[in-house]
Order: sequence, then structure tokens, then C-alpha cells
Amino acid sequence: MLEEIFTITFMTGLFSATIRLAAPIIFATMGEILVERSGVLNLGIEGIMLMGAVTGFLTTLQTGSLWAGMLAASIIGLVFGLFMAFLAVYLGLSQHVAGLGITLLSSGLAMYVYRLVVGAPTVPPIITPFTKIAILGLSQIPLLGEVFFNQYALVYISWAVVLLMWVFLYKTKWGLAVRTVGENPFAADTVGINVNLTRTICLAVGGVLMGVGGAFLTLAHNNMFLIDIVGGRGWVAIAMVIFGRWDPVGGTLGALMFGFLDAFQLRMQGMGADIPFHLFLMIPYLATVIALVIGSSSKAGAPAGLLKPYRREEKGG
Amino acid sequence: MRVILTKRHPLPHWLQIMIPVAAIIVTLILAAIPILFAGGDLKLSYITLFKGALGTRYNILETCVKACPLILTGLAVAFAFRSKFWNIGAEGQLMAGAITAAAIGIYTPAEVPAVVLLPVILFLGFLAGGAWAFLPAFLKMRMKIDDVVTTLILNYVMLHFMGFLLFGPMQQPGSSWPRSAAIVDNAHLPILLVRSRFHLGILIALTMVFIIWFINEKTVLGYQTKAVGVNPTASFFGGINNTKVIFLTALISGGLAGLAGVSEVCAIHFHLLMDVSPGYGYSGIPIAMLGRLHPVGTALSAFFFSVIIVGAQSMSRMTGVPVYIAELIQGMALIVMLIALLMTEYRVKVVRD
Repeated sequence: MLEEIFTITFMTGLFSATIRLAAPIIFATMGEILVERSGVLNLGIEGIMLMGAVTGFLTTLQTGSLWAGMLAASIIGLVFGLFMAFLAVYLGLSQHVAGLGITLLSSGLAMYVYRLVVGAPTVPPIITPFTKIAILGLSQIPLLGEVFFNQYALVYISWAVVLLMWVFLYKTKWGLAVRTVGENPFAADTVGINVNLTRTICLAVGGVLMGVGGAFLTLAHNNMFLIDIVGGRGWVAIAMVIFGRWDPVGGTLGALMFGFLDAFQLRMQGMGADIPFHLFLMIPYLATVIALVIGSSSKAGAPAGLLKPYRREEKGG
Repeated sequence: MRVILTKRHPLPHWLQIMIPVAAIIVTLILAAIPILFAGGDLKLSYITLFKGALGTRYNILETCVKACPLILTGLAVAFAFRSKFWNIGAEGQLMAGAITAAAIGIYTPAEVPAVVLLPVILFLGFLAGGAWAFLPAFLKMRMKIDDVVTTLILNYVMLHFMGFLLFGPMQQPGSSWPRSAAIVDNAHLPILLVRSRFHLGILIALTMVFIIWFINEKTVLGYQTKAVGVNPTASFFGGINNTKVIFLTALISGGLAGLAGVSEVCAIHFHLLMDVSPGYGYSGIPIAMLGRLHPVGTALSAFFFSVIIVGAQSMSRMTGVPVYIAELIQGMALIVMLIALLMTEYRVKVVRD
């Protein structure tokens, strides 16, 4: 078996899959970082990803257009982000319970809508998923070209999102406003930043990213919708936010780690029946817990305003 | 747009009890929207829903059978949330209990009498669930790692561990399905009522309701869990060992979920299966919230959720409305309940800037 692992084809395949499988986590992690930086924990993430997955899939199934599916997934993510804003920002409900409520509601809704549109056929319907795009020139680089530059368009977009998120948070006036709202909403209010509006926009944009991350699973990684298709990736993204200390680059490293273990586990499954592949399935999740332990040992902490609804009337809270 | 919240006078006690009832009514009204979308006839849908769950003696008893794991996971969540230990891991803890029950039930000689075997299974099943909840509690108190995330992710670890067992060492010999061998007869929880599946586990669940009520209201631990939940800093300076309280909370909470797994294996399936829990652990969250974290309230709301789950199957058969309406209603109930609680505590006013 070892000879099989240490071949160049195996390695390029493994790393190429790592990059691919990290993409949905990267989208979701970036969405959650933006939201948490503004002071809101969005536990609706798992459900929003599932809604993105089902909406993207069904739209593509009906229209035949993958990008229409992505657009629909973005819109549904936006809508659920705004719903979370209504509950957690404007009504100031417990972010924990409101987020879990959104996840429960949207999980139920996703399955309901899927069954409504598709029925219960013996063979689940499939779509033609995205194909990989080789970037001219770069994809010819030995090894690295195949791994990095022969990927889905969405993978390239996910890298762009990381870069944009980093520039936005650290290099723009708006990013500073978001971070201020997350660290000290009272100070932000004093200097004229609309705290609740900022949080609402972050939740909306974050929701779009979560929806896209979910749709990646049905439109690129897979070609069908399964009820457990998200499989805890939303929770993994939240763990990666903590692991990466609320930093886009740190979060991406976490996502890549999960992607690597996921890719490795898939390859182990494919190698033979004598390997108990369910043990390998456990590895990415166990590693996520370990990543949390490692991440939590660092000094840098969560945004100080996280989990606290902002009410002007309750100064100093 | 701004929303202004001003505190109301607290509602009188008897009205407080009506909040979940109001939330249930609103939820059932809202459920009309997805039913209409599915082209279901509203009157027929609601009638078949309630008839399916409560129409005959057998249906009522089946609803009780379904309520059993829901009461236990609801209690698990309610007890944990009281001290703000965010245990979203009841699903994994349930599986830990189920695996333990199945392992003992399969590998014990058939001669061991039920009076010995059943208490052992219940105790170890409780312990297994408690141990699986203890891990995130330990990480929370000793390493300050967020309990929501760890409890959630550990669900997937346990799920895949169970998959490993059911495709590997515990798989029924000669079978290619992820299913274990059958447990011995003496590991079955006895049926208490003829022509039904009404089993001992239901009485155990109700006993747990009483025990948790007793702990909450009559013991020092109950006072401490509440104090830690309301204000951990104050409870710490008041001389309460927060870490110890959270550890005990986790053990009890996870143990209750573990018992749900035991009862499903020993009274319903008699094998270990991948779908030993169709999300009972997650349902515990809306159940506990609707029950306002009170054990009796939790038991009542578990029964309501059971009505929805059992009734949705009849409704789906009669009207073609997808059976997932039950999940949808659970999610709606949680959000409606949250808003209802807010509206009873605050006067909500929307103003335009």
C-alpha cells in the first residue's frame, strides 16, 4: 500500500483534492469570520449551507444553468443572513439559540423543498456539475500546476474571497468599522457608525458566502443533493474561525487542513475494503477538535463584542 | 429602522405557562404555509395529523413510545442549558448510550437474568453518554474551548465511530448491512401494556423528569447549576466551584441522552443501526426551549413534538405533504417560541429613524 501512496499521481491527486475540498469550508469560514468580526456568532451556518446546497441544486436542475444555481444559492444565503439579523441583531435574541433555530428551520426546509420538487424517485436526479478550468500556462507547471491551476472556477473565486476579506478587514475604512463594531459597539456608536446596520450587512454578505459554500457541494464537488451532504462542514467552519483566531489567512489554513484530511480519507476509502474507512471519516472531525485545542492556546481572543446584542439604551452592558 | 425594546412588568405565573401554548398555536398556524405550498388540503392535513397521533389507543401509545427518547434528549438539553453549558451534543451522547447498550446486549450470555442485565445496561449507557459529554465540558472549563463547537463536532466523531463498528467489528455476521446482531431477550425493556410497544423506558423517562425536577428545586446542585447559568462570576465569588458544577451538569446531561439511546436499542430496534436516532438529539433543543428548560414543561413539549412526528407520517400518507414537515415544524416552533418569550418580556416597538 505504501508504494501506492508515494507515487506522483497519487500525491498530485491528493493535493488537488485537498484544494478542492477546502473550498466550501473556505467560503463558509470567510462568511463566519466577517459575521463574528462584527460581533455576531451565526450558528445558522450549517443550515444556511444546506439551503445553499439544495437551492443551487434545484435551480440548476430546473434551468440547466450552473451559474443560475450559484446565484440562487447566494440569494437564499442572503435571505437567511438577514433573517438571522432580524432575530439576533434587531430583536437581540440569544445568538446561540437563534442560530440553532435557523439551522433547524433551514434543515427542515431544505429536505421539505427537495422532496416537494423532486418527489421520492428511486434514482436521485443529477446535474452536470462544473468542470475544471485549467489556467493557460500556469497549469503546465509540473505538479503545482495540476494542484493549483486546474481547478473549478469556484476554487479560484474562493482564493479571491480570502484576499478580498483580508484587504477589507485590515486595509479599508469599512473593515475598520466592522472590527470596531465587533470589539466595542459603544465606541463605534459614539463615532457615528450604525452598529446594527453594520452587523446586518455583515450577516447578509456572510450568508451569501455560506450559501455559495453549500452550493459548491452540490454543483462542483458532487452532482446530486443528499440530505447529509453538508455533514457538519458548517460547524467545522466555525471551529476554523476559532483556530485561525478570526483571521482570514489563519482560517484558510484550517480549512486546507480539513480539506487535506478529507481528501486523504476519501483516497483511503477507495484503496480497498479491508481498511475500516469509517475510522478515516472520523479523522477530519477529530482533527478539528484538536485544532480548537491548538487554536485556543494562543493569546489573541474573540472579538470582545461577540454574543452581545447592542442596545443603545443599555449603555455599558 | 430601529427596534426599541422596553422591559414589561413580569407576567403573572399562570400566564407564563401559556407562552408555550401560544407558541404552539402560532406554529401550527404558520405550518399551513408549507402545507399549502405542497398542495395539501388544510383541513384534511390537520385532521390526519392529530388523528394519526392521537386517534386510537394504539396511536396514542405509539406517540408515547416516540416521546420517550425525546423526553430524555429534551431533559438533557434543558438541564445543560440551565447552567449555560451549551450541550448540542445529545445526538452523539445518545449514540454512545446506544452503542454501549447494544454491545452489552449482544455479548452477554442469554442466561443472565433481566433483573441483573437491565440495570447494568441502563447504568453503563448513562455513563457512556455522560462520558461523551464530559469531554467537551473538560475542554470548556480547563482550556476555554467553546462548548457549542466541540459538542457539535463530537456528534460526527461518534457517528463515524458507530459506522466503523457497524461496518466492522459489530456487524451482524453474514450481513452486508450496517446493522449489529440482535441483543439477547433479557436485554429487552419489558412491554408494559398489551397490544402496544409501550415499554419500561417510558416510565424511566418520566422518573427522570421527576429526578431532574427534584435536583433543580430541592438540592444544592440544582441551586448551583442555576447560579452558574445566571452569572458564573458571581457564583464563583459566592464560593461555588463552577468547574465541578459544569462537570456534574455534563455527566447528568449526557447520561440522560445516553439513556435515550439505551431505550431505543433495548425497546425499539433490538439491534444497533446507523439510523438509531433520526435526529432525536437535535430535537432536544426546541423541546427544551419550548418547555422553558423546566423538566415538566420539557416532557409536555416532548409529547407535543412526538404528536407532530407521528402525525406527520399519517398526514404525509393521506395528503402527499412531505413527511419532513415534522422537521420544519420543529424549527418553526423554536423560533416562534424565542420571539414569544421576547414579546412577553419586552414591549417591542419599531421606529423609523
